[in-house]
Amino acid sequence: MQLRKLAFAAVGALVIGGTAATPPASAAEQFVPLLVYRTGPYAPNGIPLADGFNDFMQLVNERDGGVNGVKLAWEECETQYNNDRGVECYERLKAQGATGSSVVNPYSTGITYALIERATADKVPVLSMGYGRADASDGRVFPYVFTLPITYWAGADVMVQYANEKEGGSLKGKKIALVYHDSAYGKEPIATLERLAEEEGFQFQAFPVAHPGLEQKATWLQIGRQLRPDWVFMWGWGVMNSTAIKEAAAVGYPMDRFVGIWWSGAEADVVPAGDAAKGYKSLNITGVGTNAPIFEDIKKLHADGKGLADPKNIGTVLYNRALVNSFYFTEALRTAQGKFGEKPMSGEQIQWGFENLDITQDKIDSAGMTGLLSPVKLSCADHEGGGSAVVQQWDGAKWAAITDFISPRRAALRPAYEASAAQYAKEKGITPRDCS
Amino acid sequence: MNATLARPLTLWLLALPVIIAVLGLALQGLAAVNASVFFAWSYFLEVLFAGLLQGVMYALVALGFVLIFKASGIFNFAQGSLVLFAALTMVGFIEMGLHWTLAFVVTAGVMVLLAVVVERVVLRPLVNQPHIILFMATIGIFYFLDGFGQTLWGSDVKVLDIGIPKQPLFVLQGVFEGGILVNAFDLVAALVGAVLVIGLAVFFHYTRIGRALRAVADDHQAALSVGIPLKTIWAIVWSVAGIVALVAGIMWGSKAGVQFSLALIALKALPVLILGGFTSIPGAIIGGLIIGAGEQVAEVFIGPLFGGAIQDWFAYMLALVFLLFRPQGLFGEKIIERV
Amino acid sequence: MLYREAGQFKTSYGSDQAIFPIRQDQIGIALLLLVAVLGVPALAGEYWLETIFVPFLVFSLAAIGLNLLTGYCGQLSLGTGGFMACGAFFAYKLTTAFPELHVLVVFLLAGVGSAAVGVFFGIPSLRIKGFYLAVATLAAQFFLVWMFNKFDWWTNYSPSGVISAPPREVLPGIFLTGTEATPITKYLFLLGLVAVLALVAKNLTRGAIGRSWMAIRDMDIAAEIIGIRPLWAKLSAFAISSFFIGIAGALWAFVYTGSVEALAFQIDRSFQVLFMVIIGGLGSILGSFLGAAFIVLLPILLNNVPAAIGLQMSVEMVSHLEFMIFGALIIFFLIVEPHGLARLWQIGKEKLRLWPFPY
Repeated sequence: MQLRKLAFAAVGALVIGGTAATPPASAAEQFVPLLVYRTGPYAPNGIPLADGFNDFMQLVNERDGGVNGVKLAWEECETQYNNDRGVECYERLKAQGATGSSVVNPYSTGITYALIERATADKVPVLSMGYGRADASDGRVFPYVFTLPITYWAGADVMVQYANEKEGGSLKGKKIALVYHDSAYGKEPIATLERLAEEEGFQFQAFPVAHPGLEQKATWLQIGRQLRPDWVFMWGWGVMNSTAIKEAAAVGYPMDRFVGIWWSGAEADVVPAGDAAKGYKSLNITGVGTNAPIFEDIKKLHADGKGLADPKNIGTVLYNRALVNSFYFTEALRTAQGKFGEKPMSGEQIQWGFENLDITQDKIDSAGMTGLLSPVKLSCADHEGGGSAVVQQWDGAKWAAITDFISPRRAALRPAYEASAAQYAKEKGITPRDCS
Repeated sequence: MNATLARPLTLWLLALPVIIAVLGLALQGLAAVNASVFFAWSYFLEVLFAGLLQGVMYALVALGFVLIFKASGIFNFAQGSLVLFAALTMVGFIEMGLHWTLAFVVTAGVMVLLAVVVERVVLRPLVNQPHIILFMATIGIFYFLDGFGQTLWGSDVKVLDIGIPKQPLFVLQGVFEGGILVNAFDLVAALVGAVLVIGLAVFFHYTRIGRALRAVADDHQAALSVGIPLKTIWAIVWSVAGIVALVAGIMWGSKAGVQFSLALIALKALPVLILGGFTSIPGAIIGGLIIGAGEQVAEVFIGPLFGGAIQDWFAYMLALVFLLFRPQGLFGEKIIERV
Repeated sequence: MLYREAGQFKTSYGSDQAIFPIRQDQIGIALLLLVAVLGVPALAGEYWLETIFVPFLVFSLAAIGLNLLTGYCGQLSLGTGGFMACGAFFAYKLTTAFPELHVLVVFLLAGVGSAAVGVFFGIPSLRIKGFYLAVATLAAQFFLVWMFNKFDWWTNYSPSGVISAPPREVLPGIFLTGTEATPITKYLFLLGLVAVLALVAKNLTRGAIGRSWMAIRDMDIAAEIIGIRPLWAKLSAFAISSFFIGIAGALWAFVYTGSVEALAFQIDRSFQVLFMVIIGGLGSILGSFLGAAFIVLLPILLNNVPAAIGLQMSVEMVSHLEFMIFGALIIFFLIVEPHGLARLWQIGKEKLRLWPFPY
């Protein structure tokens, strides 16, 4: 009896303790909430991402003393890649720091959808770097959502360009198959690929894979034994990627004609497939490897014992992506500080910073990020910023870029963004901003 | 195998070629009417065969459920976590430098230990409670194991390679042009599955412990009163289920890498389990074969008509159709209801 | 001492059959509602309203729905997610097709639509029982999510395949959905709707229909012999349960997250609601609320504890611990009281009656 009461008391204490608030960040710091997933089904991707954010911000604080003297403060919140937990994390962290959350990087399509409206109402910029809604590139309808450097639709265009070049300049009569995660995310490229199929005269067929994607035998029998396409593109996520590579190898599909999107091209996606993955290609929105000068600084940071990442993640695909993502943010912060003064910025000010963000090659070089990203320049209407993607290949031990940055043909994409955004605006009763 | 089982089994074996032929002809007809479906006999057999082998992989997971349900009437929600936990532990030991055979033995030991702990901490205090309560307890185990496994071994994806061949093989090249593609890995998996099922069936039917297990399954109280130690039996059943989970974890883990998502394959085992009957070991295999072949054939030949990815719900619909004729599953114990 | 019914006489059948026959209970529930209506919005910040109370209320409604089916009628269902998706997508189609329709009407109609779907997938329950019935509801689960995901018509051909709630007013000038909606509006609307629906559910279970469900649950053959038609009892349970769950799904999409894709209603959601019902207590409306609170709140609280008491821990460690403690707590509660939190509450009340002289 005594024990039982004690246990109840303990539970009660836990519950009461849980309601107390967390200590606020200091007034002169810029607070950045980090929605991470270090556990759960997508942890193999979430861990290097989270590590990259931590290291970059630590580096900015330790090496430069912050951005224009404003130190960065951040707190991780575990979402387990779960939409409700993502919303909970966002709400928990949004009022912290001197100016509240200044940016949010959801790193999940579902959480992005759930946050777009909330963040817009709260005036917190959502930086969905290479995921989320493609049509959010239209800044007139989505003032607080940023899709730089490139969207899924543009990614599909880059893939077709790459295949076109490999086929010697024409895709006429060729067959291209798309293997996609059967969800909103996976369906993103279909419209673009269908349009390009018409324009460039290739035959296009899409194969959905049910979530979570552990089972793809039927899909690959259709592709490898019946359709036998010239190229296979993949929009996969998590365990679906490694399974797809294995099944592709099992039907003998050539790996060098198999190209994944940038969420199908991290180490965690190919390593479990073992030797079968050798030669597999994917897009990437950042540079590959540890050649950029910034890695010297990161190594030094770790040598000083101040690094926060697991050293084995340094230089991995998703670690680098997080570095670039943080770099976009610090540059937006710097831009905003140029107008509003060298102090912590509010979400609204950062939004201005993003819209006036102009990352030139010079800035990239001076930040030591040469080769990690391509220049972007945003505006009030254009929240994508004209970024580009590279094609990388897995050689069995590491990823290596095999092309330069390829720019998507945005002239054809922009009207599609605008049409889709206009439909969203109509449904939600939003009057698009005037950006002229 | 007893006589009650032998008859339906032979019946099935005789009916099988007929079913396949009828199915093939029907799909051929469909392909003739609708251009979006492609049909060729070699391709059909290839898909069918791949499905059957895939079914064995499902059955491997379903077996663990059956064992526990048979001996205690518990639907073990944590079976998927057991698979994941076993695979993680085995990889952990391999990474420590053990050979995989040794790691297998050590991990099997860990699973037995886990079974003993589960029996002590969870099952024993809940003896004589309704099944739904025990089901709920397995939910608790599920959450605990998820957290515990990740605490011990981390959440990163791990590679498990115990040297199972993976190259595609081509058979029957004389009969069909280009032959029929068969995956060597799946053949090995099927073999492992078959050995496991036969082993378990023999264990259940011809050993002293097996007979005690069946007695417990029939009636807890009666078994207790003739002196069968219920607690030991439960520990044994959970141990065996743990080792089955380990085998399933190895097969699935070397296919897709050992990661958290492995726990999700329990979902693929559910239709198999329901179709085969919760209490039948051969049922798990037969159910697996039917579900595996059915869903692959459906996905390839009917899926294109609906935009694809139909295999998840198709498996359940297929199981549902069977259940409408046999409400207790193909090999489940007949439900006798009295007022 | 305070909680004692001595001196309260029942002089009519009506007062004997009241939902809260004891005056202290009546006062208690009135106080609780008062706190919920006035106190919570005044004291709780946006974080609490948006991420704790809103999902708690939505899940409570779903749990009540499932409890009617599983707890009262004894039909195990794993299709909750699918029926929630029905509610969400029906509501979306309705409100985009008829923008002038009041949002409450939209939700109720979406519930009716889900009820129809529920009846359809409930038909196999006439032949299949127990765990085997789960297959029929799982077929519903996977089929419905697949359907909403596959056919663009459901999302009005949105290229992203996501539905997002258009701004709708609950009263003139007060928005329930969209960017202008305040957490307080959402909370109060939900509170009112859930309270009314819970009352409806409670009364259903006390009436003829509820008794026929319970007879079916306890033994369907016996129930048939005493003149209860299993067809009507089971299908009405499926219909009413799906009605509640459908409304919960619509609320989830419209009021809680604002925009969802079909995958938000995966099988995990079904299990989550089932856990609430079992942990809260099968066959108890109160249990549905307690279970929802347990499953929604406890992980969030556990997650916040280390930071709150000043422990420095990595997020993954916190998250792992959260899982382990959560699992251990479930087992602990079961061993202490196997019949769910509602029974625990009942025992507490009994004890309170005798307090401070327990013998």
